[in-house]
Amino acid sequence: MNALLNWFEQRIPLMRVANMHAIQYPAPVNMNFWYVFGFLATIVLVNQIVTGIWLTMNFEPSAERAFASVEYIMREVDYGWLIRYMHSTGASAFFIVVYMHMFRGMIYGSYQKPRELLWVFGMLIYLALMAEAFMGYVLPWGQMSYWGAQVIVSLFSAIPVIGPDLVVWIQGDYVISGATLNRFFALHVIALPLVIVILVFLHIIALHEVGSNNPDGIAIKHKKGSLSEEEKTNYEIHEYYTSKYDIADDVVPFFPHIVLKDLVAFSIFLAGFAYVMFFAPEMGGKFLEHPNFEIANPLKTPEHIFPVWYFTPFYAILKAVPDKLFGVLTMFGAIAALFALPWLDRGNVRSWRYRSGLHKWNLIIFAIVFIFLGYLGGTPQENWKIIASQIATVMYFGFFGLLWIYSKNEKTKPVPTRIR
Amino acid sequence: MSNVSVDAKQTASDNQPENTNRRKFLTVATSVIGGIGAVGAAVPFVASWNPSAKAKAAGADVEVDISGIAPGQLIRVMWRSKPVWVVRRTPELLSSLEAHEDQLRDPNSENEQQPAFAQNRYRSLKDEYLVLVGICTHLGCSPQHLAEGAFAEYAEGVAEGFFCPCHGSKFDMAGRVFAGVPAPLNLVVPPYQYLDDNTLLIGSEA
Amino acid sequence: MKKLLLAIALLVPSLAFAAGSLHPLDKADYDLTDQASLQNGARIFMNYCLGCHQQQYQRYSRTFADLGIPTDLGTEYLQFTGEKPTDYITSPMPQADAAVWFGAPPPDLTLVARVRGADWLYTYLRTFYVDDSKTFGVNNLVFPNVGMPHVLQELQGTPRISYEEAMVDGEMVERYVGIVADGNGELNAEEYDKAILDLVNYLEYTGEPSRLESEALGKGVLIFIFIFFVFAYLLKKDYWRGIKK
Repeated sequence: MNALLNWFEQRIPLMRVANMHAIQYPAPVNMNFWYVFGFLATIVLVNQIVTGIWLTMNFEPSAERAFASVEYIMREVDYGWLIRYMHSTGASAFFIVVYMHMFRGMIYGSYQKPRELLWVFGMLIYLALMAEAFMGYVLPWGQMSYWGAQVIVSLFSAIPVIGPDLVVWIQGDYVISGATLNRFFALHVIALPLVIVILVFLHIIALHEVGSNNPDGIAIKHKKGSLSEEEKTNYEIHEYYTSKYDIADDVVPFFPHIVLKDLVAFSIFLAGFAYVMFFAPEMGGKFLEHPNFEIANPLKTPEHIFPVWYFTPFYAILKAVPDKLFGVLTMFGAIAALFALPWLDRGNVRSWRYRSGLHKWNLIIFAIVFIFLGYLGGTPQENWKIIASQIATVMYFGFFGLLWIYSKNEKTKPVPTRIR
Repeated sequence: MSNVSVDAKQTASDNQPENTNRRKFLTVATSVIGGIGAVGAAVPFVASWNPSAKAKAAGADVEVDISGIAPGQLIRVMWRSKPVWVVRRTPELLSSLEAHEDQLRDPNSENEQQPAFAQNRYRSLKDEYLVLVGICTHLGCSPQHLAEGAFAEYAEGVAEGFFCPCHGSKFDMAGRVFAGVPAPLNLVVPPYQYLDDNTLLIGSEA
Repeated sequence: MKKLLLAIALLVPSLAFAAGSLHPLDKADYDLTDQASLQNGARIFMNYCLGCHQQQYQRYSRTFADLGIPTDLGTEYLQFTGEKPTDYITSPMPQADAAVWFGAPPPDLTLVARVRGADWLYTYLRTFYVDDSKTFGVNNLVFPNVGMPHVLQELQGTPRISYEEAMVDGEMVERYVGIVADGNGELNAEEYDKAILDLVNYLEYTGEPSRLESEALGKGVLIFIFIFFVFAYLLKKDYWRGIKK
């Protein structure tokens, strides 16, 4: 057995990679519950890929058959309903864990030096995920699929000069049509999943190069020779890390400690996921919108059009601006601002535990504003909501502006050099 | 922790279990339950490859009206997307089936290629009507029906039979395979029953 | 952190659907496990709705099996167009002609309960009223200017909108009371409500035939996950015992 393993190891470094990245990876001992969402996102990604492959076995990407083939999956394929609900619930679950994961990064300053690129890769995943989710939502070819696609694709018509032609080119027709459905299908099942998997790979490689942050924002890797033997960890950490740094006695190995922690989190997450999937897959019309159970009808717009809940904050920002081009720019600006976060924050203390009260409140209000924007973008338009969404939009960007201003000379608390 | 002392230091040895058996038990139990969960999660994915309701609907029993078949005529019907032949055999044809039995591989239909009721020389419920799945037991082509002496070219002294153009397998008018051809087995007789004198139901036995 | 979670909880939008101005949506207390109700609903559907509306994604055979109807009985009493039990529930009315007659093709009703919701359907089917200004002589309280005749009139009787005189702030005003049928239908008001509830129950079933199976399986899965959680938690505890953070 050992000989066989060695034969392989000499030809492909399976054990070395496993040891380096999954077993003897040094993880800060104080990682709390906020640190499980990266693992959960990976699980959901696997779920989406597997259930997605199974759905393509019966889905028919054409304007004539798409809607009927989804109902065929729901009714006539053994357990088709389960696989479809796993996929649709997984889509929303993906965004829930990704939003939690992003907020974790924000409160503990996981985007700060040296993790800027790690954050940017994460944002690219988020962007690809939005494109993936949008195109996936078009595939069942219901009323929301059709009119949602209509609205989102029309955003591009705001681009001066080439806008209208660009829209026709994206659609492959003068309206959203079977041609659009087919190309979105190709992108949804092949192109974007590949992009996402590659980005996730880069995200993890970048993470393991700079090391995991933690709720205290304290480095666990110290300059070689700066720690005494007593201060170093006794756990078996891969020499890839120990040869370059002194690893403080602030870590546990990824396996089994972190894996077990993630496993507990996974079972709790799975319970919630299963509950929604088996008992409330529509989630009151939030995960699967009611009008989408009606086949796409190019002659009749539903009474209210909303994107799915995970897009609604940006949709509210779009609606808040009373100018087409400027509205679209503001919406994309809202995402661009997140990309720029590592450079907008000029502070050098990472965790909100050791930063000013202003910073804490800025983060909390930002989270509330984001959720409030989501509410505004996902409910029928009313007069008070117009002004409310404008105020919320200003507050959204205000977070970044304020951060840039106060982080330069922020009054922070002394940061310990060691976790314990 | 500013004043690190050896005593306070977290060491790998602290991590030794207080009770090795307990840890072993929990590890095994968690792994086994997790394994069962993984297998359980695989069930829907495996099951979804079964024929769907649509395929089953297409595979439902087929009624065939046989009142219009002339003596010697063969009609084809579709059952589970497969060709099924119904042949009305003449008394002369029926009496000729015995003569060439020495040339057959399995003249007494000992291999289970037919419902029990058809394990006889004529391989049918009523001698007159032959019902066969028209797919060669070699590699799945559909053999040709050669009548009026055309079959004699392939089998000496046998006037009528089925000949597979793909690899030259030969069957007589009871669907029995000749020896020395690639097909190993007699043609399949599907389950069927007579609803009345003029109506066949292909797909289930009485 | 608690403050944040509280704020999130307060902001979660409630899902109250505003109904028609006059008649708020009545609660449809349907029961998918009540096979007698489902069978009666199917009977009403096949007799009154299927003339125009299809359920083109659902097969008769699936309906029969799920509703506990033997195939021969189902074929005899619920299939009127000579289709096979394995066929989809389609309408004999040519859909293109229907589009001309009614201005739009009658919508497929397989999924109508998931589009409209059970409460809406339950209220809609009970709030037709006579309105001679309309093409079909009827209007509807939750679907104003509805382009469909009141096909259940022979069950309900002729429904009229009913007002009462009431004194509000010293002025006599007409106040909406409800829909009152004139009693020439086959059913009395209570029986009609029950019949509509059965029909809504059936439509709720066809919207998602896997509902009951899903909930039964879901219970088992949740119990299993809980057992797994207990062991995973104890194992994690065991490995983390004595580790200071």
